[in-house]
Amino acid sequence: MSKILGLTGDGAVAYAVKQCNVDVVAAYPITPQTLIVEEFSEYVHNGEVHTEFVCVESEHSAMSACVGASLTGARVFTATASQGLALMHEILYIASSLRCPIVMGVVNRTLSAPINIHCDHSDMMGSRDCGWIQIYVENAQEAYDWVLQAFRIAEDPDVLLPVTVNLDAFILSHSLEGVKVLDDAEVEKFVSTRKPVLRVDPDKPITVGALCLTDFFFETKRQHVEAMNNSPKTISRVNNEFAELTGRRYDFIETFGMDDAEAAIICLGSTAGTAKAVAKSMRSKGKKVGVIKPWVYRPFPAEQIVKAIENLKALAVLDRACSIGAPYGPLCSDTIATLYREGIKLGVFNVIYGLGGRDMTPFDIETVFNETLEVAKTGVVKEPLKFVGVRE
Amino acid sequence: MVRLKDLPTEELFTSGHRLCAGCGAGIVARMTMKALRGPTVVVNATGCMEVASTIYPYTAWKVAWVHVAFENAAAVASGIESAYKAMAKRGAWDKKVDIIAFGGDGGTFDIGIQAISGALERGHDFLYICYDNEAYMNTGIQRSGATPHGAATTTSPAGTKIPGKPEFKKDFIGICAAHGIEYAATASPAYWNDYITKVRKGLEVEGPAVIHVFSPCPLGMRHDSAKSIELARLAVQTRYWPVYEVEKGKYKLNIKVPKPKPIEEFLKIQGRFRHLFQPQFKHVIDELQQYVDENWKRITELCGEA
Ligand SMILES: Cc1ncc(C[n+]2csc(CCOP(=O)(O)OP(=O)(O)O)c2C)c(N)n1
Ligand code: SF4
Ligand SMILES: [Mg+2]
Repeated sequence: MSKILGLTGDGAVAYAVKQCNVDVVAAYPITPQTLIVEEFSEYVHNGEVHTEFVCVESEHSAMSACVGASLTGARVFTATASQGLALMHEILYIASSLRCPIVMGVVNRTLSAPINIHCDHSDMMGSRDCGWIQIYVENAQEAYDWVLQAFRIAEDPDVLLPVTVNLDAFILSHSLEGVKVLDDAEVEKFVSTRKPVLRVDPDKPITVGALCLTDFFFETKRQHVEAMNNSPKTISRVNNEFAELTGRRYDFIETFGMDDAEAAIICLGSTAGTAKAVAKSMRSKGKKVGVIKPWVYRPFPAEQIVKAIENLKALAVLDRACSIGAPYGPLCSDTIATLYREGIKLGVFNVIYGLGGRDMTPFDIETVFNETLEVAKTGVVKEPLKFVGVRE
Repeated sequence: MVRLKDLPTEELFTSGHRLCAGCGAGIVARMTMKALRGPTVVVNATGCMEVASTIYPYTAWKVAWVHVAFENAAAVASGIESAYKAMAKRGAWDKKVDIIAFGGDGGTFDIGIQAISGALERGHDFLYICYDNEAYMNTGIQRSGATPHGAATTTSPAGTKIPGKPEFKKDFIGICAAHGIEYAATASPAYWNDYITKVRKGLEVEGPAVIHVFSPCPLGMRHDSAKSIELARLAVQTRYWPVYEVEKGKYKLNIKVPKPKPIEEFLKIQGRFRHLFQPQFKHVIDELQQYVDENWKRITELCGEA
């Protein structure tokens, strides 16, 4: 039996974590993630969870404590944003390399300077090669749903990788939505408790984190890559089980209008919602536009994207982060690499938008769609990378 | 005080590690393992002890051992302690586990001090041991906040203008005691029974405990590797390294030094102080002696001995 609760994006994450039998939460406050730790603290202080909440003195220690806790076989969660994620950077790699299935909510906020608390994806994109599975959500419902699934994916013995669930600062973190939540008992059945494969146990002593030089290091990385390569099978399985339980079907990507679209936008997070609304209205006027929204960004859903663009002529890749000095933003680089690898010729251009919380309006998106339709018609990309919504 | 015959013969820190001959870190690790009272997890900060005691696929540790990074041993220990607690609450863990975190002076006085302060303030049940060889030895002898005045390191070299490190050593135990923790102590491996007794005491305390132990380093301090214990004894006998403990805020001097040797006795067997014996730098030795005298006075007053 599910019920609908009025929850913010952050609240939806905290509520999901409350239901997931989490042993340790170690976290540090940062806007706009703070609501997650605040709401979770209430659950702890009202005795609603058995979780040890370690109110650490920094994000660096938050991730360090999470790694320590995870190595014992415990189920572990943390959440952060922006500067906090940057401060964790060193330990993010260690968490994934030591194969700690930690789940982390990342409330995507830009990185300083200038200091700014609003949304873009610079924080996660700055750590995109940290070897974690990375999910982006469009609304609070998806945040709730993916947190539940994230524990299952992370802790699967074939995967054993940490997972971030990314939600857009304020747009999602602080907006109230009706969220369908499951009963505690249903969640309990779905996520159960963690069954560690190997753990730090004094009775069966192991050495974790040994020095490892030229003779073995490369093999450990290769295995890490293999774990990521294994993860799609698990992700699909968990998506299927979740769909059976809730009727809500998740996948690597969500598509809208892609069956007959000639021009499409691909983008992450909440912007996809706006893009779908704009596409819907344009399609009602006979314009063949579509939207691709990757839920899963790492592992990169190359296969699914290739399938989605079968009939496409032009694609605008929207990046809410820039890779300064690189030919394209991160999502666009990945997309173009995929197309090139598959030998697909398509008019592609990159749109950098929304940095530091600048709104991406329906009008902006319609303009991008029209430009994409133009590329579809002419086959000519005039501007491979452009900025939308900025004063030049 | 423990007696030799009470100590276990089993070696939980085994030979075959790659620490230098005469390294204090190995002696400290081995002695610590003799003080265990039950299931134990060791957390090790990056540094000589960690690097030289493991190299995949080998390990010198027969206890559960975790290394994550340089500055976070106390935070990792916090997570481990919290995890066992939480799993016990849901009936998935039934062992009482002792947690010991080792950090070098760099990992403790400098880059790790925030994580240590946080863990002490939160009151996690663990024992933090700083083995202090008074510099970043693993990266090639750079100065730390624990390097003494006048010592030559690769980042505080014995120059013609600046003779070694201009600054003095931090009062680490004072910082820890100021957190109001139940047990903090200094020790020297030359006084093994004092050290092992303190480790046991630190483990028995409910909540955080800290031990700061002098750790000779033949390579970085530049002393004869056969004289490590002698150096560790001289550190105490010159009053350079007062051996005391702070129990529930109460200071107690554990090793009295009624007839201290002059600081030169400690300095002259270490290459890192050799430059101070040139006539133009004699004043640095005087400054060091003055530091030792004042520090001793301060500590013994706190101990109610003066
Ligand atoms: C964040 C970070 N900065 C720097 C280093 C390089 N590093 C490794 S060990 C070390 C010095 C360790 O000194 P100390 O803690 O005194 O231990 P010792 O090697 O002297 O036993 C340094 C600087 C690192 N590993 N991580
Ligand atoms: S350099 Fe010093 S601390 Fe490091 S192993 Fe050698 S003697 Fe020990
Ligand atoms: Mg050192």
